[in-house]
Amino acid sequence: MPDAKIIPIHGDDPVVPRLVADLEPDAMARMMEFWEFVQRRLAGDYSVDDFGFDPEFNDKVLMALARPLYKSWFRVEASGLENVPEETGALVVANHSGVIAFDAVMTQLALLDEHPAHRHLRMLGSDLVFQSPFLGEIARKAGHTLACHPDAERLLSDGEIVGVWPEGYKGIGKPFAERYKLQRFGRGGFVAAALRTKTPIIPTAIVGAEETYPMIANATVVARLLGLPYFPITPTFPLLGPLGLIPLPSKWFIHFGEPIHTDQFPENAADDPMLVFDLTDQVREQIQQTLYRLLMQRTSVFG
Amino acid sequence: MGRVVLVTGVSRYLGGQIARILTKDPNIDQVIGVDVVPPKVKLSQMQFVRADIRNPVIAKVLGEAGVDTVVHMGVIATPRQAGGRANMKEINVIGTMQLLAACQRTPSVKALVVKSSASVYGSGPKDPAMFTEEMQPRHTPRSGWAKDSVEVEGYVRGFARRRPDVAVTTLRFANMIGPGIDTAMTTYFSLPVIPTVLGFDARLQFIHEDDGLEFVKRAVLGSYAGTFNVSGSGILMLSQAIRRTGHKRVSLPEFLFMPFGRSISSAGLIDFTIEQVRYLTFGRVLDTSLAQTTFGHTPLYSTPQAFESFLARREVSVA
Repeated sequence: MPDAKIIPIHGDDPVVPRLVADLEPDAMARMMEFWEFVQRRLAGDYSVDDFGFDPEFNDKVLMALARPLYKSWFRVEASGLENVPEETGALVVANHSGVIAFDAVMTQLALLDEHPAHRHLRMLGSDLVFQSPFLGEIARKAGHTLACHPDAERLLSDGEIVGVWPEGYKGIGKPFAERYKLQRFGRGGFVAAALRTKTPIIPTAIVGAEETYPMIANATVVARLLGLPYFPITPTFPLLGPLGLIPLPSKWFIHFGEPIHTDQFPENAADDPMLVFDLTDQVREQIQQTLYRLLMQRTSVFG
Repeated sequence: MGRVVLVTGVSRYLGGQIARILTKDPNIDQVIGVDVVPPKVKLSQMQFVRADIRNPVIAKVLGEAGVDTVVHMGVIATPRQAGGRANMKEINVIGTMQLLAACQRTPSVKALVVKSSASVYGSGPKDPAMFTEEMQPRHTPRSGWAKDSVEVEGYVRGFARRRPDVAVTTLRFANMIGPGIDTAMTTYFSLPVIPTVLGFDARLQFIHEDDGLEFVKRAVLGSYAGTFNVSGSGILMLSQAIRRTGHKRVSLPEFLFMPFGRSISSAGLIDFTIEQVRYLTFGRVLDTSLAQTTFGHTPLYSTPQAFESFLARREVSVA
């Protein structure tokens, strides 16, 4: 299977002008390549892993759709990528915000595009995701799976980068007034998974996602009727209808922090609840401090 | 002392195949086949006993022949094979109970091999990506073959407790597929227009019939007590499998899928149960490492290769 070319589209990259110059002879080859891609997809001639992750579909379709948001809309600046291992497993733990989980997709794209090893982020989602039509299907194809111990440990032992958002719905569904205040970090299950597999935890802070949909109220009655964890009221939604779904173009920063190593703890450390709580707090504290630091550095929300 | 193996369900495809394989094995002296109807293809070396395992007669057969190993292949997957759901349940559950009761009474029985199904794990959004043998189902099957398999396994566990001297091997097979076998799955993938649930894409796993039979054979010849997941490596997405068949796919919303499924199953085309539909919605994947290390055998066909082998048969039959 021929590997597709990765064409960097950074403005400052010297490749770009050259590419535009010799587009004519190249265009034909690229069209052929695209045609072969479509043919192969339609014949079912591709492989997925045991989780249902379809790397080709993810990289060439899903991520291609999210890339304009990353580059032009949110203008994401990723830093600390050297803290993410090149080959081995690690657990990325980040703050969750912004009503729709764009922060998760942007983190995934940061690791795929900007990490030297182009790593795939395998996220752990709630069962509500896998229960929902389309959403569950796409999440599986993008490499994500259910947040549960067996899956987390399996992925980490396989040397994958696993992403968790321990605040869950409390994080993305919180009112605008509570922006950048970390919510409760669940039961610390992610820490136990990292301890059992002896993989490092990478506390990650995301700034910018809070301002995409400033949630001024939560229509709990509507949410309950629709079986959703929350139903957001923002200045534009539902007032402007579908137009209100367009996220505000805030400027984003994603920082992958100093790893917390878990291999120095004893063998059955995961069964020591006190240690698990302490580590959970340490991760939470590190993310909160990084959030404050990034917010101090930020000059304007839409800068 | 020579070995005497009794195989239930020999008149159906898999039972017949395993009986044929065992008659050819030099370690086994005698193979006794049991079923309610005579097998279509006569096996010269096999002694066929026309008996219903739901009948206590089976105990006499076991005792008189000095059977040491019982291979229970007689669990039926589709009501069509049994002539109705009630009959199917009768054969699966009551039949297993009678068979196990007879085994318990027969001191010569030293090993029991049961063909079970991965359907005991159920299927749903709360499932882990891969099931290992000790995991409990998160969505307990409530109907059809899957529920029968759960009940059969329950009785088998009870039997293992009461007869600790018997090595009990339970093989939980993924969907078996290949050039010869006919199952609800092979019928489904042979439909000219294949219905799926809109917005879902199940992860499917298959085991080639030859690999499945190899595991049963090894379980009979060796002694591997325990419960094992058996499947070919890798998975296929439902959408991907349909693309490989080259057939058309029609996606229906969940609420329309069941009535549609029921209407074609009443037309005799395919047996759609709730469990089947859930499987085609959410899929299910097994972790097969325990079986591979214990049996020292890796299936020769991966999931995509097993599916390919099924497709190859179809092309031959069309030509």
